[in-house]
Amino acid sequence: MQVEQFLEQSAERYPDKVALICGTERLTYVTIEARCNQLANTLLSGGLNRWDRVAIYMENSPETAFGIFAALKAGGVFLVVNATTKVDKLTYILNNCRASVLITTQKKLNEIREAWVQTPYLQTVIVAGTDDLSTIDPIDKKMISLEQAFATASAERPARRCIDIDLAALIYTSGSTGKPKGVMVTHLNIVSAATSITTYLENTPEDVIINLLPLAFDYGLYQLLMAFKMGATLVLERGFAYAFVLIETMLREKVTGLPLVPTISSILLQMDLRKYQFPQLRYISNTAAALPTEHIRQLRASFPHVKIFSMYGLTECKRVSYLPPDQLDIRPRSVGRGMPNEEVYIVDDVGKRLGPGETGELVVRGANVMKGYWELPDETSKMLRDGGFPWPEKVLHTGDLFTNDAEGYLYWMGRKDDIIKTRGEKVSPKEVEDAIYAMPQISDAAVVGVPDEVLGSAIKAFVTVKPGATLTERDVLRHCKERLEDFMIPKFVEIRESMPKTGTGKISKRALALNMEGSE
Amino acid sequence: MQPLEAQLKQFVIDNFLFGNQNGFKNDHSFLERGIIDSTGMLELICHLEKTYQIKVQDSELVPDNLDSVNRLAAFVLRKQAAETMGASASAS
Repeated sequence: MQVEQFLEQSAERYPDKVALICGTERLTYVTIEARCNQLANTLLSGGLNRWDRVAIYMENSPETAFGIFAALKAGGVFLVVNATTKVDKLTYILNNCRASVLITTQKKLNEIREAWVQTPYLQTVIVAGTDDLSTIDPIDKKMISLEQAFATASAERPARRCIDIDLAALIYTSGSTGKPKGVMVTHLNIVSAATSITTYLENTPEDVIINLLPLAFDYGLYQLLMAFKMGATLVLERGFAYAFVLIETMLREKVTGLPLVPTISSILLQMDLRKYQFPQLRYISNTAAALPTEHIRQLRASFPHVKIFSMYGLTECKRVSYLPPDQLDIRPRSVGRGMPNEEVYIVDDVGKRLGPGETGELVVRGANVMKGYWELPDETSKMLRDGGFPWPEKVLHTGDLFTNDAEGYLYWMGRKDDIIKTRGEKVSPKEVEDAIYAMPQISDAAVVGVPDEVLGSAIKAFVTVKPGATLTERDVLRHCKERLEDFMIPKFVEIRESMPKTGTGKISKRALALNMEGSE
Repeated sequence: MQPLEAQLKQFVIDNFLFGNQNGFKNDHSFLERGIIDSTGMLELICHLEKTYQIKVQDSELVPDNLDSVNRLAAFVLRKQAAETMGASASAS
């Protein structure tokens, strides 16, 4: 099976059912199928080759979904770039994967024009939100209005060009070198992960799932993919800032599934939820960071009839584990066990499997494990290593340290490297440090993760200033906001007189994390 | 003392734009422009309640009240008027 068939099969089974609700728009499966076919045919007539990369750079919207499924229908590979990504990084990503098509909005277009001359592989730009491109100077790109494509292109489904081991998506994550790396995901990877997850969540076509998370984030993306796989309804929100709007939407649309991250649950729990009735709500899921125990208690009190799923995953295999809701009171700090059709185990530094109570690196086996990182063989071979079976098979070394109890339930203990996990996104300290070093006043910068109940880890930047220069914490934050995606902006900045150094003269992050002066 | 709009604008610039007021206008939508995210909204509401002695109800957490400097100012004025009336009514 291929990912575009999630949509195609649901369009055949439930043509007139509302598949997607976004703001005031309510789109049926048959309408979405037609739009995606039109966009796919537009891509094909523009010369898209099998496996060509199609980048989608816009806020959550129906057009994002059209871009994803149209790219797949045309035999391409989609990537959704976070809408808060700045132009430098967008340019890097477009060039790194040699994307030939970019789908964006007119509003975004104005912000990213300076990328045009630096993206030689990018041939076509498809613009949503306008049918008049006459005022835009295309420079050397072919510009197409999405509205024009819908007015003119054939809605016939194009012939299938791919097989299920072909790449379907690239999902960029922060790399330890400071440059983002593209996780290569096949159709089979997505179908496998989506099947496992919808199995344990017991999703049905009657589900109405609300998605508050960016579609660039795999947790958000999978809400769309899984809803379409099941023939369910997705309520797609631009984001989450107004708690009462969420409550109203959940009541109006009779939402059955609420995927959360701890930052959203903390805002939701500020409200007196017992005033409202959510008889249709069937499950809440949480990932990114473990829910604080107090959140679990309050969610239980507010939604006594709702199953709460505590989960853990990483982009390289989508999801690793989930805690069956009946275990939540027994082991609230556990992220559960491997999901269906997947095997997980813990190993020591030489790859020997460890028993209960011992701490080591978590290893994942399954059809959900990625193909590797786009054109990064060394980074790939660090994560995907020989599993030691009588047959050739690579297994995923997650870089996450875990322990398990006698029944095999997993407990996250930390990272093997210095990557910070915040809001469920991995952030390379190097990427944030590189951004800070671009300030001329900076002498030294070191970025670490500090424990945070809601974020998992919060990003903290320590900086020293060159002699004679002046700088405030706010200057550093403003600079970061101009250069980094929102989730990478430090929560704390500390300006120091000096940095603790190791014996070899490097900045000692361990000393900083412990907030100690001196050297190790 | 600064007019209410100016005070609120300054708060937003200081806390969410880190002092960079480049082109920021009183009718700009916080959400559309990515100025305030969900955690920022919590900070903003705390600030309103503390500085202007109002109590923001759950049902008032909607963009019509909170999504630009102009809307914030109108909301604060409405709340202060309503709460003053409520206080004098209960005192009489």
